[in-house]
Amino acid sequence: MSGPDRPDRPGRTSRSAREESPDRLYTVTGGRSHSDPKEFDLVTLVVSECSPTITMQSEHAAILRICQSPTAVVELAADLDLPISIVRILLGDLLSSGRITARHPRSTATDTASSLPDPDVLKQVLVGLRNL
Amino acid sequence: MDFATSEQPVSGTAEDGLPERTPLSASTTQGLKIVVVGGFGVGKTTMVSSVSDIRPLNTEETMTQAGEGIDDLSAVRGKTTTTIAFDFGRISLNERTVLYLFGAPGQERFWFLWNRLFSGTLGAVVLVDTRRLADSWYAIDRLEHHGTPFIVARNDFGGPEHTTEQIRDALDLPESVPLINCDARSRESSKEVLITLVDYLYALSAGHVHRP
Ligand SMILES: Nc1nc2c(ncn2[C@@H]2O[C@H](COP(=O)(O)OP(=O)(O)OP(=O)(O)O)[C@@H](O)[C@H]2O)c(=O)[nH]1
Ligand SMILES: [Mg+2]
Repeated sequence: MSGPDRPDRPGRTSRSAREESPDRLYTVTGGRSHSDPKEFDLVTLVVSECSPTITMQSEHAAILRICQSPTAVVELAADLDLPISIVRILLGDLLSSGRITARHPRSTATDTASSLPDPDVLKQVLVGLRNL
Repeated sequence: MDFATSEQPVSGTAEDGLPERTPLSASTTQGLKIVVVGGFGVGKTTMVSSVSDIRPLNTEETMTQAGEGIDDLSAVRGKTTTTIAFDFGRISLNERTVLYLFGAPGQERFWFLWNRLFSGTLGAVVLVDTRRLADSWYAIDRLEHHGTPFIVARNDFGGPEHTTEQIRDALDLPESVPLINCDARSRESSKEVLITLVDYLYALSAGHVHRP
């Protein structure tokens, strides 16, 4: 009861990968375990470069379908109902085979205590927010 | 946690009136993030939905007890994992830029994943309920520790009146950190919170204001 709200969308299965055992996650990623977290930020926008095929693993096919328009990693995770780190692994596969491209956030922001976001980016955000 | 009971109606006629997720424009190249953090029930999800273009979605990250994401799947097998859930909404700012707004819990175990999930965030809004100010001490402490600039927004639940000074005092908040009142249910008010944050970030990055 104390968890965040769980707004839902149509087409989402009630089955949650989240409550499943790590074994299912192991199956989803074929046991591969390498993804560089720096490669896919939560807001990296992913775009498909090809159509899904019937021989593809279903998660890969789903990503290619969803990413016909730019889609953030975090949206994919919500759509696929998989933890972020698993989605990163799946995306790593697709990226290395050239099936997707990734639009990474510009690293302008507060990765370290000293760096601050680029004023130009912030100005753009302010204009956008004021126009809402 | 019983997720099934908190599911909302799925049709476009839900009371929040927000559309299901619409595709981003093909020209969108830049994703930005802002995090709204606070204690249980303080209005995080409400604020995210107030300004989001889409109905908020929920997702999660799973980590091992060591606080690592589960990249190493072989290591996960047989290890206890913990899951951190958070929700998010989205605002298309212009044809190239989209802002993601995250509603994140402030509890202790969540901060293990901060760098992994929210490094690169523009900044944060700490949402506080004056009836439970102590709930936000930890979040403020962690944000300072991570060097993430933040503002504090007091969500009005109709509790006893406190002056800004009293709240600043209770939170040990430096003068330079903006503290504003808001109503997370109001779109205008939530927009104002974001604008206050970004104004502050701008002042910091232009060197007009110094970091606390
Ligand atoms: N009076 C008042 N109620 C509010 C305000 N903001 C949110 N609420 C209500 O407070 C309750 C909790 O809000 P949520 O947005 O779910 O809070 P949350 O921080 O996401 O909660 P958890 O994810 O469960 O930690 C809801 O019933 C809201 O309608 C506000 O500004 N004023
Ligand atoms: Mg919530």
